[in-house]
Amino acid sequence: MSDIVLELRNVTRTFQVSQGLFRKKATLTAVAGVSLQVKRGEVYALVGESGSGKSTLAKMLLGLLPPSSGEILIDGAPIAAKNRVAVARRIQPIFQDPYSSLNPRKSIAQLIALPLVVHGIGSAAERHRKVLEMLDVVGLPRRLLNASPSQLSGGQRQRVAIARALVMRPEVVICDEPTSALDVSVQAQILNLLLELKRELGLTYFFISHNLAVVEHLADRVAVMYLGRFVEERTRAGLFAGPEHPYSRALLESVLTPDPDLGVPDTHLGAVFPNPLTPVAGCPFNPRCPGAVDLCRAEAPPLVRLPDGWATCHFAPHGAARTVAA
Amino acid sequence: MALLEVEDLVIDIPTAMGTLHAVGGVSFALERGETLAIVGESGSGKSLTSLALMNLLPKRVQRKAAKIAFDGQDLTTISQAGMRRLRGNRMAMIFQEPMTSLNPAFTIGDQLTEALLCHRKVGMKEATDRAVHLLEKVGITAAGQRLRQYPHQLSGGLRQRVMIAMALMCGPDLIIADEPTTALDVTIQAQILHLIADLKKEFGMAVILITHDLGVVARVADKVGVMYAGRLVETGTSRAVFKQPRHPYTRGLLDCIPVPGRTQPGMPLGAIRGQVPNLIGRLDGCAFRNRCDFAGPECAADIPLVRTGADHEVRCARLDATEVAA
Repeated sequence: MSDIVLELRNVTRTFQVSQGLFRKKATLTAVAGVSLQVKRGEVYALVGESGSGKSTLAKMLLGLLPPSSGEILIDGAPIAAKNRVAVARRIQPIFQDPYSSLNPRKSIAQLIALPLVVHGIGSAAERHRKVLEMLDVVGLPRRLLNASPSQLSGGQRQRVAIARALVMRPEVVICDEPTSALDVSVQAQILNLLLELKRELGLTYFFISHNLAVVEHLADRVAVMYLGRFVEERTRAGLFAGPEHPYSRALLESVLTPDPDLGVPDTHLGAVFPNPLTPVAGCPFNPRCPGAVDLCRAEAPPLVRLPDGWATCHFAPHGAARTVAA
Repeated sequence: MALLEVEDLVIDIPTAMGTLHAVGGVSFALERGETLAIVGESGSGKSLTSLALMNLLPKRVQRKAAKIAFDGQDLTTISQAGMRRLRGNRMAMIFQEPMTSLNPAFTIGDQLTEALLCHRKVGMKEATDRAVHLLEKVGITAAGQRLRQYPHQLSGGLRQRVMIAMALMCGPDLIIADEPTTALDVTIQAQILHLIADLKKEFGMAVILITHDLGVVARVADKVGVMYAGRLVETGTSRAVFKQPRHPYTRGLLDCIPVPGRTQPGMPLGAIRGQVPNLIGRLDGCAFRNRCDFAGPECAADIPLVRTGADHEVRCARLDATEVAA
């Protein structure tokens, strides 16, 4: 088995958006030429604002949306060659809101067993045994087996969602903001559980979040996405020690640690909200970048290799000799 | 005289199973130009407290208070008409969900000018000018054109700014903001918090900030009240509460959150064991005692807020124990 469990090669996804009844449809590029490699057993985090294309990317990874161009590979084999069911055996999702991601009319046992039923795995007795095992794994009491989601708290529901994702023993789990709908004390419990399960079951996480404090706690590698493109991809330690892209820097500065001696940081990002339908010339980030110069408005930035990753900025790396990838 | 004085606010909700004691005796005072943050998790009663101040509680919910005085006016006995004259005029509210709190059937301009036209003797022209002025103030470009747009034509960040502008239309003395930045991206969150701070300085407004985000609280609040199960368990200046938290619940909350540079990546976060107590029926003693590591027999009695510093009060019977641990 290869070390790379998940790979994206130049993946692009476009949508045709209606501009009005009699106007021509416009092309929205939600994901533009994204390449990445996720190693087995790693937590690969994806950060970016809403509208940056994070969720579109997640949908493509789950096989729910085909890419317009480019390739997605699992264990070196293209996802396109497999059908939805085969993909779902290897990759499972945990969604943001455990209040809407669990069918309120099913029991906890039915919810957790559903993937096994869909894939036709095991007899009813074997499935029941697996469900009990999963309840133990995620730390839910067995008496909840016949409860309905409405009887559970937010944290318990998210544990059910995790059990349902893991019952198939997937290799990769796509976590789409798994704790942002939860209270802080519950968030800590779920993050602890995710880390523990990763160690015990050797899971790989593709972790989507806009909470950078959570990403810093969990991730091994971090990709920063802006308007459908990756603008920086680094090791967690490298990115948090010295972000090279001005957008990554702004995101990091926006993290509010509970320190009463500090005020609210000024990111200097400006109020200009990017319209993904009207791409700008040069660097896509230049209208919001506090350090943009004429070069940034004229030329797209190169991909600059860094010791632990890369960034796309005319000025990266700051104050060091640079090697620009051909 | 304080701008707002609340004494012994009690909120009861009759349910089929008995009375739910959502808020059990909350008292605080707020000066002009001050920011008070009320922190707590879901179900702590923080949002109900804010609705109670505005007299916006649902009909079946019962509100009792020894005193609610706004700028010398007694709000416990005020008439509906009197309350309507204050609401949206001298006290305004910024609601949590910018997606649902704006009326989709009216333009931004209609909704912005409504309060001013209704409370002040001004013409349409004057009201529109003020709306444009405030939209610019909250960082919205092309404000004149925005007035003719409908909420669905704006992004989440822009809608939240419109909500803030709307609350400011009549130049209120008090703004109650319920999770004003929770639904927003971190970069926009920083901008909105800046804006609230600037406006506070400029107009001398008092702000009550309701949130569960400890980072936001530490950075913007002058005073903090930590709420648990309907009671304030710790109050004080932001410095006192964050630098020397004395209540075990406050400490637990602070240990739960990952903080870049302080928490060790990948290591378990602090967790508060157990669950929030059921608030239906009679409640005795400290509501946190069955989740607390320091709990003793004295915690079953009613516990008053104890002054532990110049601007610091804690509702805990085991202050001796939390002092040792500090």
